[in-house]
Amino acid sequence: MTAPSTRPVRKRTGRRSAGSASDRRDRDASRHGGGDDRPRAPIRTRSLTKRYGELVAVDHLSLEVQAGEIFGLLGQNGAGKTTTILMLLGLTEPTEGQARVVGLDPARRPLEVKRRVGYLPDSVGFYGDLSGRENLRYTARLNRISRDLAHRTIDEVLEQVGLSARADDPTETYSRGMLQRLGIADALVKDPDVLILDEPTAAIDPLGVAEILDLLRTLVRDRGMAILLSSHLLNQVQSVCDRIGIFAAGRLIGQGTMSELAHRFGDDTAHVEAGFPTDSAAGAERVREVLAAIPGVVDVTAPRRPQDPWVVGVRPAGDETRVRRSILAAAASTGLDLTSVRPLPPSLEEIYRRAVEKAAHGHARDVR
Amino acid sequence: MTADSPAVGEGRRHAEGETPSSRERSVPHAGWMVVAGKEFADHLWSARFVVLLFVLGVAALIPMYFAADTIRSAASQASAVSSVFLYLFTLAPNVGTSGVQLPGAWSFVAIVAPLLGIAFAFDSVNGERANGTLPRLLSQPIYRDDVINGKFAAGLAVIGLVLTFVVGVIAAFGVIRLGIVPGAEELLRITIWLLLTFLYVSLWLAFGLLLSVLIRRAATSALVAFGTWLLLTFFGGLITQLIGGFVAPQVGTPDQQASALSLQQTITRLLPDTLYREASAAILSPQVASVSTPATLGGYEQLAQRIPSLQSLDQSVLLIWPHVITMLALTAACFAIAYIRFMRQEVRA
Repeated sequence: MTAPSTRPVRKRTGRRSAGSASDRRDRDASRHGGGDDRPRAPIRTRSLTKRYGELVAVDHLSLEVQAGEIFGLLGQNGAGKTTTILMLLGLTEPTEGQARVVGLDPARRPLEVKRRVGYLPDSVGFYGDLSGRENLRYTARLNRISRDLAHRTIDEVLEQVGLSARADDPTETYSRGMLQRLGIADALVKDPDVLILDEPTAAIDPLGVAEILDLLRTLVRDRGMAILLSSHLLNQVQSVCDRIGIFAAGRLIGQGTMSELAHRFGDDTAHVEAGFPTDSAAGAERVREVLAAIPGVVDVTAPRRPQDPWVVGVRPAGDETRVRRSILAAAASTGLDLTSVRPLPPSLEEIYRRAVEKAAHGHARDVR
Repeated sequence: MTADSPAVGEGRRHAEGETPSSRERSVPHAGWMVVAGKEFADHLWSARFVVLLFVLGVAALIPMYFAADTIRSAASQASAVSSVFLYLFTLAPNVGTSGVQLPGAWSFVAIVAPLLGIAFAFDSVNGERANGTLPRLLSQPIYRDDVINGKFAAGLAVIGLVLTFVVGVIAAFGVIRLGIVPGAEELLRITIWLLLTFLYVSLWLAFGLLLSVLIRRAATSALVAFGTWLLLTFFGGLITQLIGGFVAPQVGTPDQQASALSLQQTITRLLPDTLYREASAAILSPQVASVSTPATLGGYEQLAQRIPSLQSLDQSVLLIWPHVITMLALTAACFAIAYIRFMRQEVRA
């Protein structure tokens, strides 16, 4: 065996000598036949449903996560995110419907699915009297990874999550955030094709979060992994996910990219931020008049502090660029002191709130 | 070994008409061995292992220290008796001249042994749950029963190790300090007693495992386990006597009384403690010819007329066979319930 340095190479020389990810995909595709040469989505569900007695935890969930993308599952606690994840791993049997993970049914072939899926559970735990490295070594043994390969992989993933310095301390001395980092390392030890992360950044400090999100992006870009992550931290989901699924009461009430979601759940209003520092009430009144006079502007919000920018609502949203130009022109013609103009990106928080409200008003069927 | 070797029996899992040709799809079913290996190592490094080894060692050595003189004199008198070595385990020694009689080593073992089983099992499943390690463990490519099988196997291995060590210490004490060397039959009897004790502890291990599956908090399951042990070991006899007295009072003709007594004994045999003690006695003392009280008056007469003799090994084994089967069945039942409940439990708490 050669001494490979990068993960994709190692993949071919290591335990999966049968073929690279692309070979496997070809095989999967040909097995399913039908002349479909598009690579199969590593995660697919169709009408996946889980009931606990009367309670419907997951209700006819259909979603796809492609290789090379991060899909964010967004929802409140108890919305069914974790149950969905457990079904994808074959740890809970669906009441109805189907799931396919790496082309396999997790309920029937859980071992093969779990071999290729890395999973970070919600509030992950480790054996406190063992060191971080020993904990990962146990995971490697359970995955039947040879000792040499495990040794190298563990060093690598510990480095990736920034735990190398503390790797030989018992995990009971770790902080919550460190445990979560170790959990991500643990999910990566088996060199997975799919990564499923349940609340991956819940306990990590803001700087650490940025590192972890960078790591996830790198994994997707360099390794073509498919990542499904669940979270209730909206801005993190917004910053890292390619596509987002909004979950409420077991139902997926919307999925797509940020702009798709904004389009579907927005009220066709865009927002523009304009800095007009004012030092008097009269000045502020003047700014308000000027802004409100611009065609397409539907509302004007004054800043709470005078030095902060004003926010104007624009409808239809397509007029946003024209309105920005008009603001510049108005500033020039009126002589008002304009310090900045920029479009406000749609906030996921807003979209999420609207989506949940819409679903609660019984429109769930049409938004799907 | 790596995952590249095809697993035996893996073919039947390819139910969807696919050929198991691709090597990556073969998953050797040896997850339980990995779990057992890790658990075994954990047990060996744990404080409870050291403490239990110490307690059991002391419990075995103290009676022997006091028994040494008695055994020495017995050995010199009865050179014809073939079972002097077994005295090491059975003799209940007097402490000095005070007249206080200690229980023999085997009796100590009978009391302490259940602790061994409980200690290595009471937190095995709920501990993982409380730690948050269970979902992580189950998301690895192993079957769910690998976890419980591995834990049980590791428990059995540790128990075997501890018991062998303790018996070894007693035997070594006899050989080195007292200079008595066991014969072949004595060695066999001690080995059988060791296996019997192993089985008895396994029963408690399976019981502890069951509690660890059923009860969510490790502290509660430990309390229940120790409570059960205390109840059965110290008060069990009293309780079964009480029940026996109600069910079959000793009244009427001597024959009726005899049969009532026999029924009472059957009731006390519901306790694993009784089973173990009766079986130990029969194996360690060749002079024990019967473990059951006669059911008729005639039986007592026969007993009185019987010429005291030593039982051969196969006769003794025959005597305890039902005890062994019962303990085996109890162990299997405990483990089976634990297994089924564990397989059906939700991963999440």
